[in-house]
Amino acid sequence: MASMKDIKRRKESIQSTGQITKAMKLVSTVKFQKARSRVENARPYFDAMYAAVSEMLSKSANIEHRYLKGSESLPKAVIVITANRGLAGGYNSNVIKLVSSWGKTKKDMAVYAVGTKGRDYFAGRGYYVAQDYSEVINEPLYSDAMKIGRRVLDDFEDGKIGEIYLAYTEFKNTVVHEPKLIKLLPVTAEDTAPQIAEAFGGMQVTYEPSEEEVLDFIIPQYINSLIYGALMESAASENGARMTAMDNASNNAEDIISELTIKYNRARQGTITQELTEIIAGANAIS
Amino acid sequence: MADNKFKLSVMCPDRIFFNGEADMVEMNTTEGYIGVYQGHIPLATVLSPGVMVIHNNGKERKAALHSGFAEITPDKIMILAEAAEWPDEIDFKRAEEARIRAERRLAGSESGIDISRAEAALRRSLARISFKG
Repeated sequence: MASMKDIKRRKESIQSTGQITKAMKLVSTVKFQKARSRVENARPYFDAMYAAVSEMLSKSANIEHRYLKGSESLPKAVIVITANRGLAGGYNSNVIKLVSSWGKTKKDMAVYAVGTKGRDYFAGRGYYVAQDYSEVINEPLYSDAMKIGRRVLDDFEDGKIGEIYLAYTEFKNTVVHEPKLIKLLPVTAEDTAPQIAEAFGGMQVTYEPSEEEVLDFIIPQYINSLIYGALMESAASENGARMTAMDNASNNAEDIISELTIKYNRARQGTITQELTEIIAGANAIS
Repeated sequence: MADNKFKLSVMCPDRIFFNGEADMVEMNTTEGYIGVYQGHIPLATVLSPGVMVIHNNGKERKAALHSGFAEITPDKIMILAEAAEWPDEIDFKRAEEARIRAERRLAGSESGIDISRAEAALRRSLARISFKG
């Protein structure tokens, strides 16, 4: 049986860990609420953008445009959105697992990392990490999404990459977060078609200045908005996941402490009993 | 809804900028300023940085709109802008600085992408400054 001193030391260490996890939980609760309201503010724009692009692509099914055809042979770009910090349950590893089990070889992938956890994982395993945007994940701005979007589109146009994918965590609600891998480019009608919003009510649409130029403009904006949406969703999921993880940790710490308290009391009682037995035995021996 | 009004919604990535009715809206497309009334033919167009004017019940509301696109149908207009600002949200000092910076960058001859970026920055700052007095 562990001595009283050992148990006491263990209990104190768990107590201070519990305090840390509790504080972390409070911090992530605040951050989470902020992130969630930002996700909700971003969704109407995102939905409208998605509907508009689906609509346009379904109308212009046979148009030739450089953003509408990719290349199978070139490497595939993956924007991997993870956190900069751990202690968020399975949040980081779920995204990483999704990407690494994708079935593409290392040579066939170029990683654009947002979040040091994902970057370190892929860099450490010999993947090509084209760019690192880890500093943006704490407070994602639309201009960050534009910067990332411009970079991947430039690489796409320069023929460095053939397709662009985005791996992030979709925020469903406080406890449910789902890692997702979606295709950004080339945009195809099949990818967007399932629920076409009839924004134009089936009417013939005029494009000004021209269909190509409108697509030239709208597709980068569409990609930026997808990246922005994914950054927002991931930030909310990260804080939600950390909140849940830290809540579990705090509860667990409490359980262990109460168990240790019982053990400690038992050990103390044990020593008292033993002392008494020794004293009585000593007294008996003298008399 | 009154006969000659249409629904107008202006959306930005971080908020719904405007959502309501209007009699007429003016905006700056890449082809020049257009004014749209109810009953316009379906049109999808690209917007340049500029001033958007919303006319409703004889009143005007102005806002700065920075690049986006508009989807026009006879009874509804949806504008998806990358950024939009009401006049009271604009920081004129910053806009002025941005204008000077952009003009300097244009004066010095650099290559390709920088020029188009500087031009866009210049147009944005001019749109903002146009509200001042």
